[in-house]
Amino acid sequence: MSQSIDVAYVSELARIALTDDETKLFQGQLETIVDYVEKINGLDLDNIKPTMHGQVSTNFFRDDVVSPSLDREAVLDNAPARTDSEFKLPKIVEDA
Amino acid sequence: MSKYLITIGLETHVHLKTHTKMFCGCATEFGSEANTHVCPVCLGYPGALPVMNGEAIKQCVIAGLMLGCEINHYSTFDRKNYFYPDMCKDYQITQMEKPLCIGGGVTIDTPEGSRRVRIHHIHQEEDAGKIIHYARHSGVDFNRCGTPLMEIVSEPDLSSPDEAMAYLHNLRQILVYAGVSECNLEEGNMRSDVNISVRPEGQEELGIRAEIKNMNTFKGIYAALEYEIERQLYIVKKGGTITQETRRWDADLGETQSMRTKENAHDYRYFPEPDLVPVTLDKEMVEQWRAALPELPAARRERMVKEYGIPEYDAGVLADEKPNADFFEIAAKLCGEFKTLSNWFMTDVMCLLSESGKTITQCSLTPKSLAELVTLVKKGVINGPTAKELLPELFNDGLMPAKMVEERGLAQVSDSGALESFMNEVFEANEKSVADYLAGKKAAAGYLTGQVMKLSRGKADPKLVNKMIAEKFAGMGG
Repeated sequence: MSQSIDVAYVSELARIALTDDETKLFQGQLETIVDYVEKINGLDLDNIKPTMHGQVSTNFFRDDVVSPSLDREAVLDNAPARTDSEFKLPKIVEDA
Repeated sequence: MSKYLITIGLETHVHLKTHTKMFCGCATEFGSEANTHVCPVCLGYPGALPVMNGEAIKQCVIAGLMLGCEINHYSTFDRKNYFYPDMCKDYQITQMEKPLCIGGGVTIDTPEGSRRVRIHHIHQEEDAGKIIHYARHSGVDFNRCGTPLMEIVSEPDLSSPDEAMAYLHNLRQILVYAGVSECNLEEGNMRSDVNISVRPEGQEELGIRAEIKNMNTFKGIYAALEYEIERQLYIVKKGGTITQETRRWDADLGETQSMRTKENAHDYRYFPEPDLVPVTLDKEMVEQWRAALPELPAARRERMVKEYGIPEYDAGVLADEKPNADFFEIAAKLCGEFKTLSNWFMTDVMCLLSESGKTITQCSLTPKSLAELVTLVKKGVINGPTAKELLPELFNDGLMPAKMVEERGLAQVSDSGALESFMNEVFEANEKSVADYLAGKKAAAGYLTGQVMKLSRGKADPKLVNKMIAEKFAGMGG
């Protein structure tokens, strides 16, 4: 296995349940992709700034003016479980 | 036994004072009914796109300027990925690579003198929703989700709970002065994570640290730090090792507890937020903001001493809370009696504030009514005790003192004819006291003054009465 990606680990972090066959399949495919992108590291990048965004534009701002929110009934009806005013969850124990 | 050094660093999350959320137009208003300020963006509906609140960026930069930070003229946002029900898009938009503000610091006073606590950086992010725990289930209110949140990360420059308190107190004061946050602790406007470690004196490398998460009262932070230092020292002195972990402060039990941590929970897979373009801050604009910065608390204290001739102590008390200093300065300009006004504020007004649990902006007292009261005493229209009696009504009901004095006939009696007749009445009725005084018991004069005050129903000018009594005794050869 290449060191470039660990599909089992990444899928666990992303909460994507993969079968062993799928893990093997994607491991191979993603290794090819990551290794391909890694080729960039073979170039001299000393004077190249990292690209933070695909767009060249900057500063797209909104004014600080309140706009209407959604109707609560409609929002809560969209939830898998609800109370009168809140999204309802199974009782959770606080995680770090 | 070797000595140990304590190292504390704080990550302080502060709600900005914007009307709307960081990436959508939902209101940030506190105390609204649950889930009434939500929309597709802050609920993370598929396809919804964030649009940055320009005012939040400005406020974060202003905070940075007030704290002496360098401003990053090119700044970007990143995704911090995690699964927790308080954030339904499963990532928080924050800044990792290029935060808005770098460096800076907060000056604190310690017994060894004043010292600068360095700030590592300040980044802008969004708050999460609020989870409410019930007996059989948990509920989520997403009103807070998306509220502009500034995270101020200090360097590990603090070495005691007292220093941490001084840092937080001064940081809060500066942010309130900057006008970028209410820093209201009850409303969760200011919450801190605390990193703490101990190491034997002489060891360069910091000890293994524990992090205590999400505390919103200064008292709680102080108690948690004291407990945690104690706990770590106990382990280290026994030869044990500290585990690097996240702990929770349980205020009821008065202890920190280890929190359950999933393996890999801290691998947040940060990557640049593709839905937001970078922020570039024009140097000229930042310099304009810098030029318009409000006064820092220390500068204000200094100016108040100079401008009003009040003692440093008074300036410190008054300027501790910006609204109090604002109130004082308006009233000072109205009545011109600076030290008297300061005394009134620091004693009687502050006493009413602490009894009522209100702030100066919540009570009904206005700079105009307090200035009027001080002026009435100064001009001799009413005496001090009468003014003290009126103050609670100014404070609670917003009444104006001049009108009260007129309507209730409270004006001081300084008509010497009227006082003379009161005095004669008192001298006749209290022959023994008069005789005592003449026999050398000078304290009897005080009793006689009190009797005259009583006859005048508190309205006599006590100074004038004292003087008249002294003169009368002088005439009697006393």
